[in-house]
Amino acid sequence: MPVLIKNRALQEDDWHVLAADVEEIPARGSVLVPLARWQILREAVPEGGRRIGVVLDTGDDPHVLAPDLHQLPVVAVHFPSFTDGRGYSIARLLRERHGYAGELRAVGDVLRDQLFLLARCGFDAFALRADQDPAAALAAFTDFSEAYQAAVDRGALFERRFRTEVVQ
Amino acid sequence: MYLYDEIDQRLVDERVRQFRDQTQRFLSGSLSEDDFRPLRLQNGLYIQRHAPMLRVAIPYGMLATRQLRMLAHIARRFDRGSAHFSTRQNVQFNWPKLEDVPDILAHLASVQMHAIQTSGNCVRNVTTDHFAGVAPDEVVNPLVWAELLRQWSTFHPEFAYLPRKFKIAIVGADNDRAATLVHDIGIQAVRDASGDVGFRIAVGGGLGRTPIVGHVIREFLPWPHLLTYLDAILRVYNRFGRRDNKYKARIKILVKDRTPQGFRDEVEAEWAHLRDGPGTVPAAEIARIESRFPQPAYQVLPAIDAAHERTLTADRAYARWVSRNVHAHRVPGYVAVTLSLKQHGVAPGDASADQMDAVASLADEFGFGELRVSHEQNLVLPDVELRTLPTLWERARAHGLATPNAGLLTNIISCPGGDFCALANAVSIPVATAIQARFDDLDYLHDIGELDLNISGCMNSCGHHHVGHIGILGVDKGGDEWYQVSIGGRQGADAALGKVIGPSFARVQVPDVIEQLIQTYLARRDSEAERFVDVVHRIGVEPFKEAVYAGTH
Ligand code: SF4
Repeated sequence: MPVLIKNRALQEDDWHVLAADVEEIPARGSVLVPLARWQILREAVPEGGRRIGVVLDTGDDPHVLAPDLHQLPVVAVHFPSFTDGRGYSIARLLRERHGYAGELRAVGDVLRDQLFLLARCGFDAFALRADQDPAAALAAFTDFSEAYQAAVDRGALFERRFRTEVVQ
Repeated sequence: MYLYDEIDQRLVDERVRQFRDQTQRFLSGSLSEDDFRPLRLQNGLYIQRHAPMLRVAIPYGMLATRQLRMLAHIARRFDRGSAHFSTRQNVQFNWPKLEDVPDILAHLASVQMHAIQTSGNCVRNVTTDHFAGVAPDEVVNPLVWAELLRQWSTFHPEFAYLPRKFKIAIVGADNDRAATLVHDIGIQAVRDASGDVGFRIAVGGGLGRTPIVGHVIREFLPWPHLLTYLDAILRVYNRFGRRDNKYKARIKILVKDRTPQGFRDEVEAEWAHLRDGPGTVPAAEIARIESRFPQPAYQVLPAIDAAHERTLTADRAYARWVSRNVHAHRVPGYVAVTLSLKQHGVAPGDASADQMDAVASLADEFGFGELRVSHEQNLVLPDVELRTLPTLWERARAHGLATPNAGLLTNIISCPGGDFCALANAVSIPVATAIQARFDDLDYLHDIGELDLNISGCMNSCGHHHVGHIGILGVDKGGDEWYQVSIGGRQGADAALGKVIGPSFARVQVPDVIEQLIQTYLARRDSEAERFVDVVHRIGVEPFKEAVYAGTH
């Protein structure tokens, strides 16, 4: 079974990513479906405790998913290339604007050297590109011990700076 | 110079460690060239025609003398003894070895410098007025805000992989010495009627193949909202900027496609959600940053100095230098001085390690151990006592730093061009030196008066040729190097883009073409006060065109 990084640890990944709109949904197991497929399916699920999640493309509008977020255990964002940065904005919109609290997973061209920033934007699960070493990649979460900007993982550094100054 | 605190220092140190690891993985083959490229670019490292090129940030153009000495040291130890100051308040080393770059970055970090985001499709090093903080016409000192922007843009979690590079410039004076209107975002610090600081925000300006002047989308943004508003602009761009065609990927194309009005509405809608959020800047943060800029200990001095006045009348060369290279200061008895890196016969912006050390000594002796880098590729001593000016002049002359050509024709802005840059269509530095050689007569040069001549080796426009009063662009014609000439560009509050005068020229023709343009100007100007660019705007391009092409057909 493929390996997933979840909450900065390795675990087995039992989700099947549906490749295209034409692919049949497997009889059992957890499935991630493209947004278009979800929009057809959403009325019919969940049957028999099936877990269904959605894979967004970087060009998709995350706002259309807002009404469904509370019932989605996993939302994935597919990176066609690691240099396509739209997924970072999508993640922040899902977390910060729509309060999505389930698993937010980066899939596709996901590499070790982007993990730190992806995590800052709210991703907590990473299905790395096949040639990557997930165990070695865990070190990337501590590439930096601080960050200036407010994002999903923490507030702005200026807030923390004043807090420590008061304590001292 | 903003002084790092422990956290600022830790972050640049961690960046060095991260890049060292990435470089090792690349050299050992576990990180592919494609995966490594964006990472090295975000650390300023290009692979160029001859060797790697490393671009180091000089945030908002401010340098302490210990930093300049470190640049000289790096030039000697890791390069061939010189460095090139670019048009974007960066400094470039043209001959480092890839495996040495982590060590170079560690040397830089030891003096609070870095190469973070000096290239790549991310928010680049923020630039400002090279007289920031000392200019008498300044409404707001932009340095504190520029440092705030440096911190905000450094490793921004959401905007590391934008459609294209993203350049921000900020000024605090009416006179837009940072050319903000030709940046992706141009910020002008202003005060409202009650004296509160805010910002005028323009977007979508830029040079390159589709040059355009930026559109103001907000006249007054109260200062606490600066970062959330920029987040909103960048988010709209990150999500909707084109990624299918690198020539249409800059924000100016998105602004044009949506119309400036439509783009503004989208930004405002996004900002409605971010406004007053956790990115809102507290007053205490501004005070904190301000307190980390050492305050120069200005003395109370008379505004007029007798020795200076005497030398002015006695020495024509001194007077000429003062008229071009010495600038007014907000504190009486002080001036700002341009040290020219445009010595005739040397590539514009190039400085040897010895010159850098010499400048550092001058800045320690004639100032507060701090200097500025201008987008005109010169160095500026910001706080010189007027009474020491004649001595400084002698000393600068001895080091070849007193060419009195600031603002004149031979103060050429030039990109590195085909000698160094893999993207070039043509060389630019030899063209610059050929023009400097042609206009070597100082009296003639001063008679011609203010003239910006800018050269780019290709459409990427690193030499800002569109906003030169005369702009020269290297073009490729069947594999040969040709040069297209435009006139009438200018920067500043009334920024305009130059118009191409006609078919391009061979390299040897260029000095003659410039000579023809100048002759036409001298014949048509109504007084010495009317500058070349003013004449172009008054009488149009035609008379110049006729003069230049008269002999060719
Ligand atoms: S303008 Fe072109 S040739 Fe000149 S430095 Fe930029 S990319 Fe290179």
